[in-house]
Amino acid sequence: MSNFTVRRPRPLSPNIQIYRPQLTSVLSIVNRITGVILSFCAVVLVIWLIAATTGPHAYADVQGAIASWIGQIMLFGCTFAFFLHLCGGIRHLVWDTCHGFELRWIYASGWTVVAASVMLTVAAWVASLFMAG
Amino acid sequence: MIIESSDQVPRATLFKRFPVPRNFGVAPESRIERGKMWPAPAGAVHVKSFEIYRYDPDSGANPRLDTFEVDLDDCGPMVLDALFWIKNKVDSTLTFRRSCREGICGSCAMNMDGTNWLACTRFISHLATPATVYPLANMRIIKDLVPDLIHLYAQYAIIEPWLQSKTPAPERERLQSPEERSKLDGYYECILCFCCTSGCPSHWWNGDRFLGPAALLQAWRWLADSRDEATGERLDILEDPFRLYRCHTILNCTRTCPKGLNPGKGIAEIKKMVIERRS
Repeated sequence: MSNFTVRRPRPLSPNIQIYRPQLTSVLSIVNRITGVILSFCAVVLVIWLIAATTGPHAYADVQGAIASWIGQIMLFGCTFAFFLHLCGGIRHLVWDTCHGFELRWIYASGWTVVAASVMLTVAAWVASLFMAG
Repeated sequence: MIIESSDQVPRATLFKRFPVPRNFGVAPESRIERGKMWPAPAGAVHVKSFEIYRYDPDSGANPRLDTFEVDLDDCGPMVLDALFWIKNKVDSTLTFRRSCREGICGSCAMNMDGTNWLACTRFISHLATPATVYPLANMRIIKDLVPDLIHLYAQYAIIEPWLQSKTPAPERERLQSPEERSKLDGYYECILCFCCTSGCPSHWWNGDRFLGPAALLQAWRWLADSRDEATGERLDILEDPFRLYRCHTILNCTRTCPKGLNPGKGIAEIKKMVIERRS
């Protein structure tokens, strides 16, 4: 009995610290991060709407903040996040029907999501700049 | 880059690992320390470095990362050959599981260059220099590259991986049509190496309650079996926010399966079956 010693707990082998980022895991975490960003965007949208109903001064203040260069960069990021989350969401809807699980389709749809969100973001900004005149 | 099958090794990746600190969320006893350097024998021409995770439960010390220089001219082509070369010629205390050396037993599953695979079917030439060899990710380590799989076997037991029937046994075998049998293809071949479960980020964070891709693939293998008559009971076991629904379709499992199986698809089929049962 005297030889019995309490063993130290077994170490846990590393997981995220060593596991290679792959398109599968990267797009999954990106979908989550963009979701979080979009929740903040929803708050900003509500602030903008409240300002619009409050009066011309409040609206001008919020509009000015969004129109500043830092506001525009953030708005651009939000647009990209919106389209990434949208396209990623469609990909998940297709998966929910048990389609597109072959590895080549997982990768093809993944890169399609990335390319489509880049193109949609650029298209949305080009269209908005034209509409703004 | 489009990956066509899980055995493809990416030629280039932007990041070798996620941009998190080395000790991100790591308990003190799991921190990895700098290990020893084991130089190649004198006169070796083609030398490759292997950084290998070491843990000796009897030493009382933390895990460490040893660097071994392997003489490739004296060693077979697979990572398992390199491990044997080290064990035979450099450090006989290097501990790892192996049995069949041809990818059918699943014993030598480990993490090489950041992805899980079988050491016996991964070419040394496909690894970066220095090559990194860790045990399966997110496992309690018994020694060196030997993980404790008892929790994963317990999770496998939860899904009751055996044929359950209520009708009386027929005189001969329970017959299946070729079509019914073909529904098991891509699922019955699982060798329970747990590369998928160990590579699943969702299982890293919720492994205590989420069953993980290996057990869920097996669950689908029995749900898909035309001879099994316990579909309702099986779905009752699985329909749970954690056991099944912690799968967020990340699909690291399908990317890493050394047998080219598709746990992600099996889990999607289970989710679909649960929904169809409600309607």
